[in-house]
Amino acid sequence: MSIRIAHVTRRFGAFTALDDVSLFVPSGQLLALLGPSGSGKTTLLRIIAGLETPDAGAVHVADLDVTNVAPREREVGFVFQHYALFRHMTVFENIAFGMRIRKTPSAEVEKRVRELLHLVRLEGLERRYPSQLSGGQRQRVALARALAVRPRLLLLDEPFGALDAKVRQELRQWLRHLHDEMHVTTVFVTHDQEEAFEVADHVVVMRGGRIEQSGSPQDVFDNPATPFVMDFLGQVNVFHGRLEAGQMHLGGIALDYPEYTHTESRNATAYVRPHELALERAPSQGTSLPVRVLHVNPAGAVTRVRVISEPFGVQLNVDLRPDDYSELRVQPGEQLFATPRRVRVFMQDDYVI
Amino acid sequence: MTPRKRRVLPGFGLSLSYTMLILLVLLFIPLVVLVYRATSLGPEKFLQAVWTPQARAAYGLTFGASLAAAAIDTVLGLLIAWVLVRYEFPLKRVFDALVDLPFALPTAVAGLVYSALYVESGWLGRYLVPLGFHGAHSRTAIVLVLTFIGLPFVVRAVQPVLESLDADVEEAAASLGANRWQVLSRVLFPALQPALLTGFALTFARGLGEFGSVVFVSGNMPYYTEIAPVLIVAKLEAFAYAEATAIALVLLICSFGMLAVINTLERRSRRHEA
Repeated sequence: MSIRIAHVTRRFGAFTALDDVSLFVPSGQLLALLGPSGSGKTTLLRIIAGLETPDAGAVHVADLDVTNVAPREREVGFVFQHYALFRHMTVFENIAFGMRIRKTPSAEVEKRVRELLHLVRLEGLERRYPSQLSGGQRQRVALARALAVRPRLLLLDEPFGALDAKVRQELRQWLRHLHDEMHVTTVFVTHDQEEAFEVADHVVVMRGGRIEQSGSPQDVFDNPATPFVMDFLGQVNVFHGRLEAGQMHLGGIALDYPEYTHTESRNATAYVRPHELALERAPSQGTSLPVRVLHVNPAGAVTRVRVISEPFGVQLNVDLRPDDYSELRVQPGEQLFATPRRVRVFMQDDYVI
Repeated sequence: MTPRKRRVLPGFGLSLSYTMLILLVLLFIPLVVLVYRATSLGPEKFLQAVWTPQARAAYGLTFGASLAAAAIDTVLGLLIAWVLVRYEFPLKRVFDALVDLPFALPTAVAGLVYSALYVESGWLGRYLVPLGFHGAHSRTAIVLVLTFIGLPFVVRAVQPVLESLDADVEEAAASLGANRWQVLSRVLFPALQPALLTGFALTFARGLGEFGSVVFVSGNMPYYTEIAPVLIVAKLEAFAYAEATAIALVLLICSFGMLAVINTLERRSRRHEA
């Protein structure tokens, strides 16, 4: 079932949680709503579920206006960050809840619950109470409970936010896998860009009640539309400089920036991701900054190096691939040269971070 | 080598001994004396003392009125706790504090006020008595005053549990298709049940032992509005100490049995807690 959100606005007192948001989710898509807290992502999800009513605008599911339909009639599965399991019921009864409400014959309930227990890999735990399960198990029960009534939409509110890193990783992959099997239109809210990129077909970045950018994970990561998206999607190094006649001037260095051809000079900010900076022992012609190494952390998939550019007084983060690191063998205190391989420039007049 | 266990309270032996000593002095010795005095009568006289028609009527009334008051308080207390937790209204904190008033007020004062209000010439009685509601010198009066005395127990037992229930559990039930009644009966009520039983048990136990307020409102008519504690006092005033303790013992054993049953029910309803 597709979801169409049209010009939805929601205020809480003086605070505008959603400001004229429009969004289309095609049937069968797995979409991530990504943003910092207070960006309105959870409010949007709750409006889709009917747990919140918009002040203005409309929500359509499969071309049917559901704006004023009660949550219990929307046929959505909702998964909460803190599981929201019924603590006085066993795992079995939790999963069966929606079917019991619908007065499904008990043989059918039994069959469906077994099926779901298998799906969420909790066979043998059906007689346990939620308090006897781990966080990851509880969230799987919550998922099974939401799926039991064959919802038209699956909505997840920071589903893995309360779990530890390893379990979170596992459940992400499992959710992706589950979606590939079931193809139910799914929207999930997260503030973790890694999670959004790993799981979703489509990422919507939100900020201050508005949609900042919407696109495929690759598209959003490679071509951030605004400094905010750039900054939110991972570490960045920020340079302030001037843009003039196809070149970006950052202190002593000049980088090509052919998109800007005017001769008039403008203030601009350049963003460089840590893996887009190269460290070298010899300076490149006019494009490298002299830096001193402050700290080296070789633990992890990349070696994180922190350097300081003394003439500018700015500290930079550089990620080195293992090959580069073993070749360069950087030591704290060394003098090196940092060269940006890729730069994104935002003019300051256009955007305020 | 066995690992040394660390405890928060220093000295297991010391803290345990203190606890035992306190229990011994405060609870156990008085109970033993009670049993000793009661049994000094001998089986035949004991039975004669505790199983008179007057005593039986008093037991029935004491337990009946306490159960009725506990049942009423459970309903009212749930309602009050619900309103205090779920709604915002002016002077909410004042109302919240008022709930504890029955704890602090000398119960004799409550009894005097109730009987003054509900007698035929009282502020409320002058309208209610013609309608057939006798709120003083009647069994109704006893239930009424016991309801007042026990009200805070249920409210205070239910309130924290209700506060701890997250709204998302109700939302989950709603999104799974439950209507308001189903949310209440299948999700909220079962979660509150242990607290309701605790409140019920406390109110009931409080009602069994209540004397000060009942003595002023009931009129203390033997066979009709005489509760067991009043009967005991009557025996004491007649210098029948052994008989008084015998009746007290019966009251004690029955109370203990009923509280044990309620506590078992409560534990059963808590079986889902880790």
